[in-house]
Amino acid sequence: MDNAIEVRNLSSWFGQNQVLKDITMDIRRNSVTSVMGPSGCGKSTFIRCLNRMHDLTPGFRMTGEILFDGRNIITEKIDPVLLRRKVGMVFQQPNPFPRMSVYDNVAVGLRLNGGGKSRGEIADVVEKSLRMAAIWDELKDHLDRAGASLSGGQQQRLCIARALAVEPEVLLMDEPCSALDPVSTAKIEELIEDLGDRYTIVVVTHNMQQAARISDSVAFFLMGVLVEMDKSAKMFTNPSDKRTEEYITGRFG
Amino acid sequence: MNSRGNIKDFLFEKTTALFALFVLALTLLLFALLVRESLPAIRKIGASFVTNTTWDPVLEEFGALPFLYGTVVSSFLAILIALPLGVGAAIFINEFAPDWLKTPVSFLAELLAAIPSVIYGLWGIFVLLPILRDHFMKPVSRVLGWIPLFQGPVYGPSMLAAGVLLSIMIVPFILSVSREVLATVPKVQKEAVLSLGGTRWEMIRIVIGQHCIPGIFGATILGLGRALGETMAVTMVIGNRPDIVLSLFQPGYSMAAVIANEFTEATGDLYLSALVEIGLVLFFLTIVVHLVAKLILNRMVPEARKGAAR
Repeated sequence: MDNAIEVRNLSSWFGQNQVLKDITMDIRRNSVTSVMGPSGCGKSTFIRCLNRMHDLTPGFRMTGEILFDGRNIITEKIDPVLLRRKVGMVFQQPNPFPRMSVYDNVAVGLRLNGGGKSRGEIADVVEKSLRMAAIWDELKDHLDRAGASLSGGQQQRLCIARALAVEPEVLLMDEPCSALDPVSTAKIEELIEDLGDRYTIVVVTHNMQQAARISDSVAFFLMGVLVEMDKSAKMFTNPSDKRTEEYITGRFG
Repeated sequence: MNSRGNIKDFLFEKTTALFALFVLALTLLLFALLVRESLPAIRKIGASFVTNTTWDPVLEEFGALPFLYGTVVSSFLAILIALPLGVGAAIFINEFAPDWLKTPVSFLAELLAAIPSVIYGLWGIFVLLPILRDHFMKPVSRVLGWIPLFQGPVYGPSMLAAGVLLSIMIVPFILSVSREVLATVPKVQKEAVLSLGGTRWEMIRIVIGQHCIPGIFGATILGLGRALGETMAVTMVIGNRPDIVLSLFQPGYSMAAVIANEFTEATGDLYLSALVEIGLVLFFLTIVVHLVAKLILNRMVPEARKGAAR
């Protein structure tokens, strides 16, 4: 199995404040990688580097390399708009467009940048994406409902469908279940496991059980440093680093 | 009820209630006064007051339609110009302008709102009118003079001049409200568009459609409210001719302007009463505009509010 993303010596700052320190890690293609750690450890900051989501944040800068498709995406020469079509994102707070219909929410990404797809093609992609996000059966008769009228769990799966519709290679998920109830969480987790065979998924979570359930590999962050990264089975039974062990046994964090 | 705190609270509540009542009473008294003073005209002239197009105080023929027309047309013209200008400027200041530019631009824009309207009027006469006349109206009239909107001789003072001047006066309102509305868009909504591979333009277009339409509509009504009632500046550039002409290049007249111009020279009770009735019509017009706006807003907002929690 090869790597979808290779991170080399990534450091980043908000103004004077260094948030990530010399991160080096490989993210394997078509697998689920969890990034876990206590609040403020830099895990969200880290995955937002992978799709250049910090571009609009004043005072943010990063150094090092993030290799995606053989190119360092940190350099100016990469168009972040094109990058984000290949590296999609699902957010902590479900954020469908509230006044758009379910259908348009999924189709919106296809219509960006001039679109170029016919109505029929868009309809196909919308159905396929909603099916992949395991929400087609619930919503197929309600495609005209407004995004804001759905339940939180449905909204989040709609957001996953929306991200999948643009056919990314990588899907970044920033604590996708932390605003959801246990039933919705279970559905999303199941979905992540399913999608892991076809997509490279990076999930940020502070929930260790969740990381153990859904991921192939786990990276443990602490205060901006990547402490350890390993297969999730190894990580939760026999971690190499004492700090990881302390974290998973609940001694801090 | 015996403790001191409760008495203080009681007094405080009643005092503030009194202030609130005062505002209500003022509005009602204003309305009552307008009705009382315009009663003679209402009785004598009847409904033809708002349908008749002839205003001839000497012959005691009082038709207010030209003023109504002038007020409505100049105000809508102003909104037509000010809305894209104000919203566009708000987008630039909030989303694109570097920090060092934000503060001075928004400060100056807000300062525009504080300038007395008579100053706008003077500027309109000495700067805007000549520029409009020589560099816009004349060339357009030469080429497109056959279109009814641009027909007739070019003087300068005109419906167009009033609309343009009004638009400059209401841009600050639309700008500052639009900026506040844009600032309330949840960050995750903007990021949602970006994360799908949207450009900044697409991001702005989508979040405005999703979150800002009711707010911008509200800003528009606020601006319209000011434009409808604006007196001095309009009087100075509209031309003050009580005719209904489609051409924007021709002089017109507005309700506020005619009251201001003719009140002091209104001889005869019916003349005076007719002027007050114009005030009453203006009062109604602004109230109707605000009520309709409220109705439309109420239909827009509940839907948006659900999403705004996100």
